[in-house]
Amino acid sequence: MSGTLQFDLVAPERSLASGQASSVLIPGADGDMVAMPDHAPVVTGLRPGIVTAEIDGGVQEYVVTGGFAQITMEGATILADEALPKAEATSEFLDERIAAAKESQDDAAGAAADEAAKRVADLETLKGML
Amino acid sequence: MPSLKDLKTRIDSVKSTRKITQAMQMVAAAKLRRAEDAASAARPYAERFDAVLAGLAAGIGDDGPQLLKGTGSDQTWLLVVMTSERGLCGGFNSSIVKLAKAQAKKLVEDGKTAKILTVGKKGREQLRREYSDHFVGHVDLSEVKRVGYTNAQDIASDVLARFDAGEFDVAMIYFNKFESVISQVPQELQIIPAKIEASEDATVFDYEPGDEEILTELLPRGVATQIFAALLENGASEQGARMSAMDNATRNAGEMIDKLTIQFNRTRQAVITNELIEIISGAEAL
Repeated sequence: MSGTLQFDLVAPERSLASGQASSVLIPGADGDMVAMPDHAPVVTGLRPGIVTAEIDGGVQEYVVTGGFAQITMEGATILADEALPKAEATSEFLDERIAAAKESQDDAAGAAADEAAKRVADLETLKGML
Repeated sequence: MPSLKDLKTRIDSVKSTRKITQAMQMVAAAKLRRAEDAASAARPYAERFDAVLAGLAAGIGDDGPQLLKGTGSDQTWLLVVMTSERGLCGGFNSSIVKLAKAQAKKLVEDGKTAKILTVGKKGREQLRREYSDHFVGHVDLSEVKRVGYTNAQDIASDVLARFDAGEFDVAMIYFNKFESVISQVPQELQIIPAKIEASEDATVFDYEPGDEEILTELLPRGVATQIFAALLENGASEQGARMSAMDNATRNAGEMIDKLTIQFNRTRQAVITNELIEIISGAEAL
């Protein structure tokens, strides 16, 4: 089938989605990117955000809290630390993550503290998007 | 010769034991199905993870991070021995402990240092007698109903913190791989430094941010993923082992009941015969 790529979204405890998608929006560590067929091969880290896949004209959205993604010419594989369909994500779920991130921000120093601060900000933006 | 009453009590007690082992077998069967599902649900992640890591590691030269290349020494070893929290599962724990003991013995003979981190109290109990001075820590999972990725992450961050503190050079994990209900194979697996099979896929990837950053992010996750996979395999193996152990126990109890029942019947017959003889000889004496 032309015009689609193999899209897989897996978390450590389960596999969430697998199928042919025409495009996948990925919240990359350095900014959002859209994977389409014949994309140049990339491996990127993920920041907390929403993965949007266009499958058969419909749109599926998943909340991810981090991880990384591998994009090849044929497909996009997202290995999320934690992932769940957007409809199932609650603000309580994110509040827990934000609290944990804030805690590690308080413990960290230097560059690690900056990263932790960014994670807190990303999580809070994500919460606003729900 | 036990009395009739003694035999009756014995039979009753074996019968209730059989009921318990039967119930445990059925519980283990139900839990086994869940554990197998969990293990197979986690497999896609682990497989893809390995593939990405293999592609990444292939492009890294000799000066990669220590988690990949090692510390350059193999003097101190950390053995992570994963066993169950509960007993009554046949040779499940002993087979893991046996493998770990063999490795510890070899290390000591070679003049190296073996440190042991136990997960699950059954293995700790078995190792305590000979190797208690090698213990560096213990992870208690007895309160955990369903092993999740967070449990694996906790163990992994403990191991990684020790590695960063220079406490050991090589880490191995010990667990049982689930083959089938009647067969669980004890495994040893090196997790630090990471052993990565070379990938045949020659695709050249761009890395965002950089490849080193990604690799330093990925390697600790790899440790957690391997530990998680081992925990799940172990979980399924434990239930499988318990199921077949309880199946045996149930069968043995059945055999014992049969034997005791025969003995009970014979004894009763002997008592009756005895009474008859007494009556008849009493009558004849008149």
